[in-house]
Amino acid sequence: MLGSTYAMIAIAFTLLLGVLNMFNFAVGEVFMLGAVFGLTFVHMGLPLSVALPLAMICTGIACLVIERFSFKPFRNAPPLVPLVSTIGFSIFFQNVAVNLWGSERSQFPQWMEPINFHIGPVLISSTQLVILGFAVCLMVALDLFIQRTRLGRGMRTVAENLETASILGVDSRLIILMTFFGSGAIAGAGGILFGLSFSIVSPFMGMDPGIKGIASMIVGGMGNVRGAIVGGMFIGIIEVLSVAYIGSSARDFAVYGLVFLALLLRPQGILGVIQPEKERI
Amino acid sequence: MDTLPKEEEALKDTPLLTLKGTNKKFGGLVAVDNLSLKISEGYIYGLIGPNGAGKTTIFNLITGVYPCTSGSILLEDADLTPLKPYRIARLGISRTFQTIRLFPSMSTWEHVLIGQNFLSRSRIGEILPVRRTQGSTLRAQAEEALRILGLWEVRDRKAVTLPYGSQRKVEIARAIAAQPKLLLLDEPSAGMNIRETKELLSVISKIHDLGITILVIEHDMRVVMGICDHIVVLNFGRKIAEGTPMEIRQNEEVLEAYLGKEG
Amino acid sequence: MSSYQLDLFSSLGINILLALSVYCPMATGQLSIGNAGFMAIGAYVSAMLTVHVHLPLFPSLIIGGIAAAIIGVLFGFPALRLKGIFLAMATLCFGEIVRNFFMNFLQPLTGGAYGFRGIGDVPISISWIWGWVALSLVFFFFLSRSRLGLALMATHDDETVSELIGINIVFLKVAAFGVGAFIAGVAGGLYAHYYLYIEPEFFNVWESIFIALYVIMGGMLTYWGPVLGASIFTLLPEFLRFLQDWRGAFFGVVIIGLMIARPSGLVTREMLRIDFWIPYRKRRKP
Repeated sequence: MLGSTYAMIAIAFTLLLGVLNMFNFAVGEVFMLGAVFGLTFVHMGLPLSVALPLAMICTGIACLVIERFSFKPFRNAPPLVPLVSTIGFSIFFQNVAVNLWGSERSQFPQWMEPINFHIGPVLISSTQLVILGFAVCLMVALDLFIQRTRLGRGMRTVAENLETASILGVDSRLIILMTFFGSGAIAGAGGILFGLSFSIVSPFMGMDPGIKGIASMIVGGMGNVRGAIVGGMFIGIIEVLSVAYIGSSARDFAVYGLVFLALLLRPQGILGVIQPEKERI
Repeated sequence: MDTLPKEEEALKDTPLLTLKGTNKKFGGLVAVDNLSLKISEGYIYGLIGPNGAGKTTIFNLITGVYPCTSGSILLEDADLTPLKPYRIARLGISRTFQTIRLFPSMSTWEHVLIGQNFLSRSRIGEILPVRRTQGSTLRAQAEEALRILGLWEVRDRKAVTLPYGSQRKVEIARAIAAQPKLLLLDEPSAGMNIRETKELLSVISKIHDLGITILVIEHDMRVVMGICDHIVVLNFGRKIAEGTPMEIRQNEEVLEAYLGKEG
Repeated sequence: MSSYQLDLFSSLGINILLALSVYCPMATGQLSIGNAGFMAIGAYVSAMLTVHVHLPLFPSLIIGGIAAAIIGVLFGFPALRLKGIFLAMATLCFGEIVRNFFMNFLQPLTGGAYGFRGIGDVPISISWIWGWVALSLVFFFFLSRSRLGLALMATHDDETVSELIGINIVFLKVAAFGVGAFIAGVAGGLYAHYYLYIEPEFFNVWESIFIALYVIMGGMLTYWGPVLGASIFTLLPEFLRFLQDWRGAFFGVVIIGLMIARPSGLVTREMLRIDFWIPYRKRRKP
């Protein structure tokens, strides 16, 4: 459902932030590109099972472009600079999408017979459950990848300290590129899944989920994948519940209000760690 | 062991700075262990000890960067422990840092001005242009601070572009601009060659002549033995010895703790 | 001057004010991407005052600004414990909360999501806007040369050391938020009374983000940076009309390129000193 979408964006975002300290504001737009590419491939006649991975590759590449211009030139600059650069990418991608695909909304063709059922006041379709399942598999796979494989360990080493990682024999350049690619692929996958799940594809679809995805990561705990998942689910649930109980107009109010409170009361997030006391003087 | 030099002359009722049973724990690590200390006005004190002995931590406790786990710190009669750092600074305690911390966007002159900022009394005065003779006493004080440290010539240069030794002096100038009662110097001679160290000694002496009490953390024994009236030795957060340079030079425990340092 | 050009210059004036409103907290090292929220507060409060209470413009603007400033100060205190990205996120949430507030509440007074129409019959003269711009620039001029300005620079450079030399950084940081909010609130009021129509959608996240961009790209270290940033970003689109629909993409590229070419923004502190502009040969050797 919604939560897993936010979680996927949060993960894509967290990968870059946690491993490379890189704040990718354009993650919402990469998400959007995933859906847009996916739809294009489907319209070209490709089956969904091909369109999905293909779109993920495309968004991975898009993220590599971001790496080239927003990360590589800025080894020593303050973190604000890459952030602003990715804002530029965000604007760029959105505008390109509007021009190439039109600002109309479209949707994926029906690919499955939905069975609807209710849990409490909430309406869920079987389509959404399948997608949720897929998203969960993806997330679990990523988690295992980072924890168990050699490349995953390399990522964690780079996360600790970029310079030392090279000295220890980790190919940082590869890791960096892989992280960006992976982040893009995951965001793109999220986009397609979202498009399938909610039948909406438009160049503007990335704005709102993008911000909420970033918020999910902050609420869930900075810089670790599990925190991103928890945060995403949390925000997704809050949003759905507030629509159900209060009404859709107050939905954003509730979500942002809660994120705000969360930041004030528990800034390190649900799974985060409290930063060590003060700096060394 | 609390013998103070020239006791007959130092007949103040309250010492300038008192630490009583001060403790600082970081989680399980004890950084400062039940430390008691009296600093009398007008003297130069040295704080020495091996690395990690807790010296800078004490500075941080005095200036309010860290709260004490227990114990108290008094400036004359005022309890410093509950106060925020800026209040402690305004009461008359200034410091320098182990790694030089200047303001990257300011010139030397501006560093001295900002050092004495809180002295400017009137609220309105705070928003009037500085270049005017507004608060001419303060400007005179600022100028004096620069001249004592030999920085008057480079007052308009961006402080971070100066050579290392001069940067250290700018840090000191900033600290004395407000004519503090107590000046804390954290390894001022770090990274200095012999000529610069000699210059430093004369600077500290001139500051002392202004009536400012000085507490110096140092590793360079030439500085410590050459200029301190009284020395406190720390190890593992505890005071292991205290006395005049002569006494410390001959102290067994100190020599053991240092192993190989020239006395 | 045609009415189109008039509108353009009013936009410019308001954007300069907004940029300065973000510059304030940024000068103490606090990034705020929620200032559209303060602008909204100022806009709605002053509009409600002139329309429902029939208060004259000047006091309405002031009260709108003060309302925003009070909220700004209230926000400033808890904001103290948030650093960097967390603070930015909190300001973003704040902006959205304000926008949603005006969308869902006070409907009878403000028209809610449908917008507030008929704020006065005649738009205010453009000199109101530029009067406030001039006033603000004078304020920042004096501030930059004063001891208070020096304290702000110190806080921005190194908070910990600033505290240790006697600067009350709590006061400075909260006050910076409050003053920034005031300026944004006044800008909002001016906007409302010039365009005669406001709706919550105007004060969205992207608005806040653009305002922050004006400052970051124009130069964060002096008050002329935001002015230049706002000017370029307001006026540039006019010269890019030929790009039509691709303006956005071009914009994005400009931002990306500018960050690579000049990461500290266009205007630096050095540029404000006369001798920056004198050719090297003529400068006296230090």
